[in-house]
Amino acid sequence: MKRIYAREEHCIACRLCEITCLVRRSKSKNIVKAFRNEKDRITPGIRVEESGRLSFALQCRHCSDAPCIEACIGGAMHRDPATMAVVCNEERCLGCWSCVMVCPAGAVTPGKDGKVASKCDLCAGDSTPVCVENCPNGALVYEERKG
Amino acid sequence: MKNARADYLIVGNGTAAVAAIEAIRARDLGGTITLLSKEPYPAYSRPLISYFLAGYIGEDRMWMRPLDYYGSMGVDARLGTEATGVDTSRKAVLTAEDGGIEYGSLLVATGGSPFIPKIEGIAPLTPGPKRAGPEAGRPSPPRSRRGGEGDAVGRAGVAGLSSPGLAEGVFTFTTLDDAKAIGEYLSLRGPERALVIGAGLIGVKAAEALRARGVQVTMVELADRVLPLALDTTGSRLAAAAMKAMGVEPVCGTAVRRVKRKAGRVVSASTADGREIPCGMVVVAAGVTPEVGLLKDGSVPSDRKGIPVNLRCETAVSGIFAAGDAARGDDCVAGGSRAIPIFPNAWRQGAVAGTNMAGGDVKADRLHAMNSVVVFGLPTISIGQATATGPGYRELARLDQKAGTYRRIVLKEGRVVGALFTGDIRRAGILTGLIREQVEVDGLEDLLLNGDLGLLSLPSDYRKHVVAGEGIEV
Repeated sequence: MKRIYAREEHCIACRLCEITCLVRRSKSKNIVKAFRNEKDRITPGIRVEESGRLSFALQCRHCSDAPCIEACIGGAMHRDPATMAVVCNEERCLGCWSCVMVCPAGAVTPGKDGKVASKCDLCAGDSTPVCVENCPNGALVYEERKG
Repeated sequence: MKNARADYLIVGNGTAAVAAIEAIRARDLGGTITLLSKEPYPAYSRPLISYFLAGYIGEDRMWMRPLDYYGSMGVDARLGTEATGVDTSRKAVLTAEDGGIEYGSLLVATGGSPFIPKIEGIAPLTPGPKRAGPEAGRPSPPRSRRGGEGDAVGRAGVAGLSSPGLAEGVFTFTTLDDAKAIGEYLSLRGPERALVIGAGLIGVKAAEALRARGVQVTMVELADRVLPLALDTTGSRLAAAAMKAMGVEPVCGTAVRRVKRKAGRVVSASTADGREIPCGMVVVAAGVTPEVGLLKDGSVPSDRKGIPVNLRCETAVSGIFAAGDAARGDDCVAGGSRAIPIFPNAWRQGAVAGTNMAGGDVKADRLHAMNSVVVFGLPTISIGQATATGPGYRELARLDQKAGTYRRIVLKEGRVVGALFTGDIRRAGILTGLIREQVEVDGLEDLLLNGDLGLLSLPSDYRKHVVAGEGIEV
């Protein structure tokens, strides 16, 4: 399957990936309104890590042997049969945080409401996730790699 | 379809059983699978019983799979059928109903049974109906000489008024039927106060559900703190504060000696240190032991600590596998062979057992203890040897009293062997990865304790391994 890969030598920590993800998850889909009114309720599915000159953006790896799916007690975390992405059914999520406990990438996190888990869904089948599309430096690529 | 022989026979119907069914079917679509379950329900997610009792979810949300699951997977599921023993010479599992079922390979996934401590007044005077499971390997409940204050001990067997084998108003909390029985009792008897014996994970979740139903709760814990296996002293103090804030009173360092009754009804309990705790019902949550009664004749080695299995989840008898809470295998962190009764391990062992039963050769390695539990709103995650202390261990800890967050990292020989998070649990799984992969973290101690935990600070080889995924290094 296609996954998002970070090229850390190209990342300049501009955080446009975080911002575009947040806007895509907003109701208004408008960058100004999203930041003014919705920012505190939305958890981006991507996070830029930065230390000195090193930085990269990280989101769910959509593991083929996903530990978060195995650990989910509520049947919320599952693989979308169409996109093969690991996604959380928020209707079923009970906020037990077993997924947070087992994700080695730290890429599943409690949502800002503190009730359900939040993670990257690869933009639900869009041809290119918004973080990749809007990275100005080619530091995120969306491609199939042999494993 | 009712087969007298199955290529694959599974005893038990929990997480490990479901994982095994799916692993078998991934390799073998034609082989016959028969499943025996003492409980009458389709496979359900056991940790959800507290959410069910609390009223947060309905019964329909308990099931792990769609209701046509067994049919669509080609499984002859005999729900409500108890397996009574294994005849290894005949390669057959015996049931109460018929001559038994012969197997090609067998998976014992019988889970655990609640441990019932010796407490006067929790078992019925007159023998009640037997608990549905095999009895061997579990201490028989003590017979009370007499009930509290000269009154008759509650009758067992009144539907909905106790867990099986216990006196009226006394429950365990490990099955859907337990949750239903407690719910019935709350409706019928309307107790204002409940006593929960044991402040481990099951006890805390039982207390939380009872509070959600409007019942006042006192918890009595033998150890010196709540959640003693998951949390250290500081973490436990934060958890106890969260419990108290929600109206639960933890009493630690003592044991319940006697449950007292009036006119057959539970009215109070007395402790070893002389307390008298008013309560209209009792939940016994004093731990769970592996359910190995099926193997009581000794032809497959097992003991009260579980059924020993190798990394392939196979027992000492070729062709007989065990998985989940009933099995004990290698603990990659603490060392030794032990049952690690947690949901993800049951899944992993069940999947590995199923694959190997169907001719594969895979291993359930890198298993270790871990628990994520929200204690009355306070998230806590405990991984590996989170409470370890003493020679050979190095402890790092950071408490932010104001924010109510606490993190503890336990190191041994330059590697992380345990981690504890309370309050802020974000990215706790990074520590699970480090523990599991035994990554050297010398010099990174400050970064691990730092609130903004990330992959960036980790050795670049490991970071790239996690980021790139299986077999790819960037």
